[in-house]
Amino acid sequence: MQQESSWILDSSLILVAAGTFLLAVSAAVVGSFTFLQKRSLVGDAVAHSILPGVAVAFLFSGTKDPWWLMLGALISGWLSLSLMDFLSRKTKLSQDTAIATVLSVFFGIGILLLTYIQHLESGHQSGLDQFLFGQAAAMKSQELWIYGGLALVLIVCTLIFFKEFKLLSFNPDFAQTLGLPVRGLRILMNSLMVLAIALGIQAVGVVLMAALLITPSAAARNFTDRLKAMIFIAALIAGFSALLGSAISFSAKGMPTGPWIVMCLSILALLSLFLAPKKGMLARMLLQRRHQQKINDENLLKAFYHYGERHANLAQWIRLSDLEEIRDFAEEEQSGALRRLIHKGHLLRKGEAFQFSRAGLDEARRVVRLHRLWEMYLSQRLRLKSDHIHPNAETMEHIISPEIEAQLLEELDYPDKDPHQSPIPYRS
Amino acid sequence: MKSENQLDKDTVLEVHNLSASYNRKPVLWDIDFRLKGGQLIGIVGPNGSGKTTLLRNIMGLMEADSGYVRLFGQDLNKVRQRVSYVPQRESVDWNFPVSVREVVEMGRYRPSNLMRRLQSSDQDLVDLALEKVGMLEYATRQISQLSGGQQQRVFLARSLAQNADLYLMDEPFVGVDAATEDAILRVLSELRDAGKTVVIVHHDLQTAYQYFDAMVLLNTRLVAYGAKDDVFTRENLQEAYGGRLTVLSKLSELIARSEFPVREKGFKEKSGEGDAAGK
Amino acid sequence: MSIEAFYIILTGALVAASSALLGSFLVLRRMAMLGDAISHAVLPGIVIAFLISGHRESLSLLIGAAASGLLATFLIELLHRKARLQEDASIGISFTWLFAIGVLLISAYTGQVDLDQECVLYGEIAYVPLDQISFGGLWTGPRPVLISATLFVLTLAYIIISFKGLKLLSFNEDHAKSLGIRTQVWHFSFMAMVSLVTVLAFEIVGAILIVALLVVPAATAFLWTRSLVPMLILAVALGIAASAGGYYLALGLNGSIAGAMVSVAGIFLAITVLLKVLVRKKA
Repeated sequence: MQQESSWILDSSLILVAAGTFLLAVSAAVVGSFTFLQKRSLVGDAVAHSILPGVAVAFLFSGTKDPWWLMLGALISGWLSLSLMDFLSRKTKLSQDTAIATVLSVFFGIGILLLTYIQHLESGHQSGLDQFLFGQAAAMKSQELWIYGGLALVLIVCTLIFFKEFKLLSFNPDFAQTLGLPVRGLRILMNSLMVLAIALGIQAVGVVLMAALLITPSAAARNFTDRLKAMIFIAALIAGFSALLGSAISFSAKGMPTGPWIVMCLSILALLSLFLAPKKGMLARMLLQRRHQQKINDENLLKAFYHYGERHANLAQWIRLSDLEEIRDFAEEEQSGALRRLIHKGHLLRKGEAFQFSRAGLDEARRVVRLHRLWEMYLSQRLRLKSDHIHPNAETMEHIISPEIEAQLLEELDYPDKDPHQSPIPYRS
Repeated sequence: MKSENQLDKDTVLEVHNLSASYNRKPVLWDIDFRLKGGQLIGIVGPNGSGKTTLLRNIMGLMEADSGYVRLFGQDLNKVRQRVSYVPQRESVDWNFPVSVREVVEMGRYRPSNLMRRLQSSDQDLVDLALEKVGMLEYATRQISQLSGGQQQRVFLARSLAQNADLYLMDEPFVGVDAATEDAILRVLSELRDAGKTVVIVHHDLQTAYQYFDAMVLLNTRLVAYGAKDDVFTRENLQEAYGGRLTVLSKLSELIARSEFPVREKGFKEKSGEGDAAGK
Repeated sequence: MSIEAFYIILTGALVAASSALLGSFLVLRRMAMLGDAISHAVLPGIVIAFLISGHRESLSLLIGAAASGLLATFLIELLHRKARLQEDASIGISFTWLFAIGVLLISAYTGQVDLDQECVLYGEIAYVPLDQISFGGLWTGPRPVLISATLFVLTLAYIIISFKGLKLLSFNEDHAKSLGIRTQVWHFSFMAMVSLVTVLAFEIVGAILIVALLVVPAATAFLWTRSLVPMLILAVALGIAASAGGYYLALGLNGSIAGAMVSVAGIFLAITVLLKVLVRKKA
């Protein structure tokens, strides 16, 4: 009860939160390269493989000294990485199988050793099982200082070698031709990954470590195309989730920290993947709809123009029923397009009839011009039969940008008639 | 009416206004041709010209953006028994624990017999196929112990075991030795002489003229098709292999990148649309 | 050997054999990590089924697990295809999230769920002999033995009936499609069987070690054999041997039986790889 009223001020809690924060941030920073190299599942396997190393270190040293445990973790993490590489290169096992076998066998050995230790008299209070799901709150201040310090070293290291790592993740062959020590850099990068995983396990545990490594990057990637910005956002997301996760697990007794951190991370990632502006799933669906509307609008404008052109009067009032001689429209799409064109001021309305506004006529000319230029291109360069321009070709005219229009004009040598001998309307 | 029926009878493969995308990027444009049966036909074009995409579309392994394919004048699903498809050799894992014979037996698998044993008539066809490609003595070998040429022969035998009327093969001559090349060509010629049709995706212009009776020359759009002497002209080859379509490829990139729909929603295909109707 | 030891080894062997049969096709189809993801992802479904039904009766657990297994495959597909996230990350994010939900549910309802975090991790095979069931005096024995025997019979029947279909699908999916075979149906039935093994083996060896039983004996057998039937038989034999060896190893070390079973399976694989590499070096 007393705890509840004052936990925010408790200095050890602040220390724990700060430590968890650093561990999560360092994992996210290093993990962004793991993510970019599409090695998420390799990271997952390394995390599971650290368990036997930690157990052996404990058996060997007889203490839970952080330096010993780190050493054990590093060795078995590295061993698992090399083994995965060895299995997929030297045997006929696929990479997928190599990852799954190393992950599960190391983890099985780890569980065996852990249960063995727990049944020893000295191991009963070892607290090694916190490695399974993480329990930051159980960490002592000395451990926190060491882990936090190492996490800082990791972050600094990654920033120093940022350019090299970027090149190595993006195009290793090119890095080689530049004379970079690719082998050494790769060893360094792998070591940082193993270290980040070994540290992160203190916060979230072995099983969920993959999330700490890659979920922040997956969440960040939709917000930017620049690597530096992505890493920064990933770190921010990871840090925030770590604090929130720790706070929740402090306030609700008996709740493990790791799953709460992963919960926060995952929800942020899912929100970003679905709702991020521009690259999120929803934004892309909306963009697709806007494109679709643009196509419908332009096709309707085009139909009005064709009708006016055929009856030699672009200024006349035209009814929708008149357009039937030009082309069919799906009713719903047509009424939507009509509403938008009137709203934009491209069409004027009088009862059931419509007329181009000044701006509308200009826009219609542009649309028809692109349409006829594109038809010209299709029939000349692709030799498509001009009496049957198919739907793909038909939609493509709607994304022709001014630059591509200029290129089209040049390539076609500024034609004045399209393949059907209809005039191509240039600026009036 | 009668003459039209006659035409349809001869036409084994009809591709009608087919357009297709790969990873949202349009790669085939309005491909339209009809091919008569009883020939060796090459689908020829430079790298990335959509040859494999065309073949996969014919086999219904991809969905087209528009257009359709008819085999023997019918939908693929009605004539599957008469069609055999040979994917690229690299598309499978040759370490897979099966013997040569087992692979060829797969040519006799049907949806109807998948849960039953193969009959002895099936086994006879398997033997025959193995013999034709000269692999009978290797029948019990595991496929990982074969050379590239032998692997290709196994694929050919699997296809022969299907006992089809139309064979569609994706790059069967890639990475095989000269002896295998001759052997494959001999088997294919025999098929043709027996009135069957063989369509082959082939990237090597040097050998294409020598191998095939008819050709489809492709580079994103259809350049030419028909008897090889009509197709293999300087202008056609120049058009297929020279000059890039910069505007087209720019727009294709743009479509793939910018969430632009590949086709208009609710579009009804109608001849005499738009400008054409204005005539 | 005591009757208890016999029951434990028998249960382990039956689960391992079923896993090895299905796992062989997972290995051949290069889908081992998808199996791993599913085995994590069934956890929340199991816990929720537990909370709703209030007991560990297998049918409701099965439904719960199947539901969350399905949710996982759906989520992976959604992230990969619609949200355009790379495949490895889609798998990684989906299973960690679902597993975290499962663990949190267990922690939140500690009193009400007869499951704990350790059981999730390494099962309760040691308690097999305690859970007795009786059939009208005809047969009395541990319930897990009955369940795992049923599982093995089901799996074996499935593999025998579907042998040709699975072989065709695993070797060359496009060719199977070109023959007019509905590969989606085959794929779905196969994944359903994998989920079934995962759920039923859950109590016995725990969520994470299931993937070891699925993949490790199968991978070992794959390295030794040149034909599919011998591969399946060897994988099953290795699984059974791992069960027996694991029991005695765990007895000697006083550790988890499931962990020891996996360790033994790992030793078989290590020996195999060493021999294979040495032999190749000599040749």
